[in-house]
Amino acid sequence: MRRPRFAGSARPRGKRGDGVPGPAAGPGAAGPDQAGALRRAVGRNLTAYGFLCGALVCFALFSWYPMVREVVLSFQENNFVDAPTWVGFDNFRTVIEDPAFRSAWINTAAFSGLALVIGYAVPFVLAVVLNELRHAKAYLRFVVYLPVMLPPAVAVLLFRWFYDPGAGLFNQVLDVFHLPPLSWLDSTSTALVSLVLVSTWMNLGTGTLIYLAALHSIPGDLYESAELDGAGLLRRVWHVTIPQTKLILLVMLLLQIVATMQVFIEPYLLTGGGPENATVTVAYLMYQYAFNFGDFGGGGALGLMLMVVLMVFSAIYLRVSREAER
Amino acid sequence: MRRTLSLVLAAGLGLVAASCGSGDDKPDAGGSGGQVTITVGCQPPKSNPKERAGWDADVAEFQKLHPNITIQSKDAFPCINPDTFQAKLAGGTQEDVFYVYYTDVQKIIKAKQAADISQYVGSVGKVKDLRADVMGVFKDGDKTYGLPRNNYNMGLVYNRKLFTQAGLDPDAPPKTWAEVQAAAKKIAALGAGYVGFGEYSAGNTGGWHFAASLYARGGSMVSDDGKTAAFNSPEGEAVLENLKQLRWNDNAMGSKQLLQWEDLMRMMGSGKLGMMIGAPDVVQGVNNDFQGKFEDYGVTAVPESDGKASLSGGDGYMFNPKATPEKIKAGLLWLEFHELTPGKGQFNYARAKEQGRPVGLPIPDLYGDSAPGKEIIALRKQYATVPVDHFAPYVAAQPNITLKLEPPKAQELYAVLDVAMSAVLTRQNADIDKLLSDAESKANKILAKNT
Repeated sequence: MRRPRFAGSARPRGKRGDGVPGPAAGPGAAGPDQAGALRRAVGRNLTAYGFLCGALVCFALFSWYPMVREVVLSFQENNFVDAPTWVGFDNFRTVIEDPAFRSAWINTAAFSGLALVIGYAVPFVLAVVLNELRHAKAYLRFVVYLPVMLPPAVAVLLFRWFYDPGAGLFNQVLDVFHLPPLSWLDSTSTALVSLVLVSTWMNLGTGTLIYLAALHSIPGDLYESAELDGAGLLRRVWHVTIPQTKLILLVMLLLQIVATMQVFIEPYLLTGGGPENATVTVAYLMYQYAFNFGDFGGGGALGLMLMVVLMVFSAIYLRVSREAER
Repeated sequence: MRRTLSLVLAAGLGLVAASCGSGDDKPDAGGSGGQVTITVGCQPPKSNPKERAGWDADVAEFQKLHPNITIQSKDAFPCINPDTFQAKLAGGTQEDVFYVYYTDVQKIIKAKQAADISQYVGSVGKVKDLRADVMGVFKDGDKTYGLPRNNYNMGLVYNRKLFTQAGLDPDAPPKTWAEVQAAAKKIAALGAGYVGFGEYSAGNTGGWHFAASLYARGGSMVSDDGKTAAFNSPEGEAVLENLKQLRWNDNAMGSKQLLQWEDLMRMMGSGKLGMMIGAPDVVQGVNNDFQGKFEDYGVTAVPESDGKASLSGGDGYMFNPKATPEKIKAGLLWLEFHELTPGKGQFNYARAKEQGRPVGLPIPDLYGDSAPGKEIIALRKQYATVPVDHFAPYVAAQPNITLKLEPPKAQELYAVLDVAMSAVLTRQNADIDKLLSDAESKANKILAKNT
C-alpha cells in the first residue's frame, strides 16, 4: 500500500506510530497545542532522528559532496595548487575528441549487454534450483554466496591465474576435452567476454540470495495448484515463478545495468584496457584521465556523462520500485 | 516537499561553495625563530629495517649539523604512487620535499605543481658537477624545479643462470637483436613456463617501453618542435617487427601477454624469464622485492643501440609549491647532504657494506666523469658486495649514451602506443604499418591539442 506523504496528505495528525506531525492549517495557525504536539513527536522519535542525522552526514561527506565536487571539477582546470579556472565545456570537448572515447562507450555497452546475456539468468536459475532442492540447501547457499565474500581484487586475481594461457585452469580443462587452448584475456575477441565471466562469478551470490527471498514469498498453494494441473518444473517456473517475481526481475535487471556500466576493477586488474583497447571502459578511461594523465577535469567530465546515462536507468528503477511498493 | 527540496538545494549549494573554495589554502609559515621543520618523502619502510636505520642515522647526523632544521620523515612503499599524487596535493598532505620519478617530472612542472627553486639551487655546491642532461630532467627553460637522486640508462637485463642452463655464455650477453632472438629461443626451449624475452603491453607500460626501444635505435617520439608524432619511422617499425619476430616466429615470449611492470619483475624474480629491457634498478628491485638473487642477473647495453640515446630513467625530489623559502633552503641542504654527497647518505657505501646491503650496482650515475662521480665510483669499488663484473658490459656502453627526455604528453602517447604493442604481441597477423599510422594520427591529435 502506498504510504501517504507528509505535506498535503489528509492523514490525521499525531497518529500514534507515524512519528510526524500533521500539516499546519496555514501561516500563524501554530498554537501552543500544535507546538506541544511537535515537541512530543520529536521527543518520541529522537533516536530515529539521531540515526538519520548520522546517515545524512555520512552520505553528505562520502557520497553527495564527492558528486558535487566531481560536477564542479568537470567544468574546471584545476592543478590543486592555484585557484581553479572555469573552462566551460572544454573538458567535455577534450574527452569526446579522445580516440579512446568511442571505444570506451562501445566496450561499456557491450560489457553490460554481455553481462545481461551471460550473467542475468544465472542467479535466477540457481535460485530456482536451490529452491527446489530438498537437501543441503544451507550448504549450497553458502557455496553460492562464497565468491561475494572474497575481496573483489582477490577474486579478479584468482581468475587471472585461471585465464593463464599456459598453465591456467580453463585451458587445462579444455585440454582434458581435447579442445584447443584459448587466449582468453589476450585476444580482442575473447577479452571482454572473459571479463564478463569474472564479473558474473563475483556477483551471482547476491543475486541468487535476492531471488531466493523473492521465491519464498510466492504462496505455496500456487505451486500445488499447478502440480495438480500436471505442470512440471519448467511449466511451474514459466507460469508461476516468473509472473510472481517479474517485478524483482525487472528491478534486478536495472540494477545490473547500472552496476555493469561502471565496470572498472576487472579491466584495471586483468587487462590494463588491452588488447588494442578492447577492454577500455568509461570508468577505466575516467581513471586514466584523473590519475595517469593528471587531468581531473577530463575525468570529471567523463564521470558526469556516465552519471547522466545512469540516472536514466536509475529513474526507471525508482519508478519500477514504486510500482513494486504499490 | 518544497521544504525538503529547499534543504537539499541549500545543502548542495553549500557543498559547491565549499568545493570551490578548497583550492586556496594559506601557505604554511614554514617555521619561526629560525627553526624550520620540513617533511621529506621516501624514508625506507619498516619492512626494510637496514635501509631505514641508515636513513634515521642520517637524519640524526644532519640535524646535529643543522640544529635549526627538523626533518620529519614520511615513509611509503613504493615511495610515490602517481595515482595518489594529485589527491595528496589536493588534501594538503604532500610532503615539503617530495619524491618523484623522472617520468612524472615534466608533467608536474607543466601543471605548476612544484615550486620553482631556481633562486635557491645555486646554494647547492654539487649542482655544478651534476651531469647536465640529468639536471635537464628537472628544468623547464632556465628554471629549476628539483634535484636528482637516481639516474640510469636503459639496458638489457638478463638471467645469467638461465643463460647457463640454456647453454649460453653469461659473460658474453647478446650484442645484436639477432643474438637476442637466438638466445631467447634457446631459453624458451628449456620447458613450459620459460620465457626467452619479456615485454610490456598494457597499462601504458607498453608505450613506455616502445619509447625506450625507439630511443635506443636512434628514433624519436615527437618532432623537434614537439607538435607532431615522429615514431612512425623505420626505427619505430623495427621495434615492432623485432617483437613480432620474437613472439610469433621464434615463439620465445610466452603466450601470456598484456604484461605490466610487476608481471615482468615477478617473472624475472621467479627465474623463468631470460631477458627484458630494463636498467640495473630492475636487478635491485628483483632482489629486494621479488625473491631474486643479485648474483643471478647481469645487465648489458640495449642491443644495436651503439651509444645512440636512452630514455631517461631515475628519480629525485621536488618541492611542494606551497613550501616557504625557508623550507626550500632547508630541503636543499638535506638533499645535498643525503643524495648528492659522496660517502654520505645514499652514497655511504661503508655503512651499507657493514649492514650487509648490496653495493656495486653501477647506479646512480649522477655526476658522469666529474670529481664527485669519480669519488663515488671509487667508493663503490672499494666496498662492493655484489659481482660488479655482471654489469661491466652495461657500464662500458654508458659514456657515449645521451640521455633523452620523455615526449610531451608522455602518458597519453604511451596509452596510444599500448594499442600497437598489445596488437603485435597478441595478434599474429597484426599490420605494423597500419598500427603505426593509426597511432600517429591519434598522437597528432593529442599533440595538436597540447600545443
